[in-house]
Amino acid sequence: MTQTLHADAKTERIIADFPILARPTSRGKRLVYLDSAATSQKPRAVIQALVDYYEQYNANIHRGVYEIAQRATDEYEQARVKLARFIGAKTSEVVWVRNTTEAINLVAYSWGDQHVSSGDAILLSELEHHSDLVPWQLLAARTGAQLRFIPVDARGIHVLDDLDRLLDGCKLVAVSHVSNTLGTIAPLETIIPRAHAAGAVVLVDGAQGAPHLPLDVKALDADFYAFSGHKMLGPTGIGCLYGKREILEAMPPFLSGGDMIRKVEYTQTTFADPPRRFEAGTSNIADAIAFGVAADYLSALGMPWVREHERALTGYALKRLSELEPRGLAIYGPRDPERSSGVISFNFADIHPHDLASILDTEGICIRAGHHCTMPLMEKSGWAATARASFYIYNTEADVDALCEGLEKAARVFHI
Amino acid sequence: MDDFYRDYILDHYRSPRNFGTLEQPDASAEDVNPLCGDQIRVELKLDDGKISDVRFSGKGCAISQASTSMLLESVKGMKLAEVAKLPKDAVLENVGIGISPTRMKCAMLGLRVLKSAAIGRLADWPDEE
Repeated sequence: MTQTLHADAKTERIIADFPILARPTSRGKRLVYLDSAATSQKPRAVIQALVDYYEQYNANIHRGVYEIAQRATDEYEQARVKLARFIGAKTSEVVWVRNTTEAINLVAYSWGDQHVSSGDAILLSELEHHSDLVPWQLLAARTGAQLRFIPVDARGIHVLDDLDRLLDGCKLVAVSHVSNTLGTIAPLETIIPRAHAAGAVVLVDGAQGAPHLPLDVKALDADFYAFSGHKMLGPTGIGCLYGKREILEAMPPFLSGGDMIRKVEYTQTTFADPPRRFEAGTSNIADAIAFGVAADYLSALGMPWVREHERALTGYALKRLSELEPRGLAIYGPRDPERSSGVISFNFADIHPHDLASILDTEGICIRAGHHCTMPLMEKSGWAATARASFYIYNTEADVDALCEGLEKAARVFHI
Repeated sequence: MDDFYRDYILDHYRSPRNFGTLEQPDASAEDVNPLCGDQIRVELKLDDGKISDVRFSGKGCAISQASTSMLLESVKGMKLAEVAKLPKDAVLENVGIGISPTRMKCAMLGLRVLKSAAIGRLADWPDEE
């Protein structure tokens, strides 16, 4: 499938759904948003869902018997159904959490403390975001387990030559579906079956996966899949933990309190079944409902279309950016858009990425600069910091062209 | 913000003055900018309570490196007590034009580390005093 992104009527309609993209910057520039790996923009329908909840049926869920409480409960639980369908799970396997980080911490404390002990190994990859690294460092410190890492090559692609040795004695494998720094798509279709064959449980950090790639957690056979709403058109403060039903059922609570109980006596409590066992306290009701609307929006576009749009755009961006390589632009990560998902990290000559980001900001272009919460990867790769452009459904070739013009301006400012 | 990157700033970025380390410094400090990971280390040589020599090392953006380079050009001969009281303007009068609020910490990092070396503990951020 080929697309002419400039003239793509579908993308034009998408852009019109995002109010922020119609607002010029304070310098009167068109907003060129290339930081969706940090957080995505929100379509009008998602924003309206938040307003509708607060204006029309704001009430707490699961308790009230009156009409608006019933509606709030229905919409909240219906959102769970939507997210379950979106990832190919059963509704009872979707736990609401604040974000990917909370989902991973939930597994690290609840499942990890129960199953991991001294002498066990936990296998990560060298690409992991701090949120899929630090919780496991703490679990290892609590239990005496050992951390191991699937290495990546100079292009940030997983090297699986030693996978079986790394999996020996391993209780848990936790890998990101897509690297937030380099865009690398992990070879989960290889890692997951081999991890299972070695007796390990697999958690996938899907923060950059669920927003961008067609997803079927059952086909993938992941045991846990964690993702955030705000990177996939939804609000901040809401995310999902998918867990296989039989695994969730055997797990103790993480946080405790109201809403996660079956029966409470003064000295003991029996807990609710999953997913509510893991949802103590009043949830992010409005955000969960709006996240459901975001999932509807993506489903209507079709995730295969989302993937193809980003693959084509990444290919175009790699081609355009490579034209600047003779002048000192260094592109990191996979050079093949088949192996990466809408993220390009780079540096330009001796311009520090923060200076680059500041100069691009004057042209209305939003990119990220820094270590991208992957300090060990930066250290291993010898990069103090990188600039990162990331794409989503509302980006076009015109945005990539604007980025390249912005880089030309930076070259003029820095006399390169 | 693009107004900021004037030729003399780029000159200090690419050819920082007093860059390096001292043998047996009498005082030193280092810190990172939590926003971007820029690092600065400052070392001082003292003579009768006054700064007789100074070096800095580290890596980072043009703002942090040039700000530090320009600041340190003016501290030789200063008493530690004077250094401890240096205001943020000591940096801003060199580089103030065009610094955006989001980059202010980059500009203040070198001053913070210099003051930390002078007082023997981590100094407050000069822009938050």
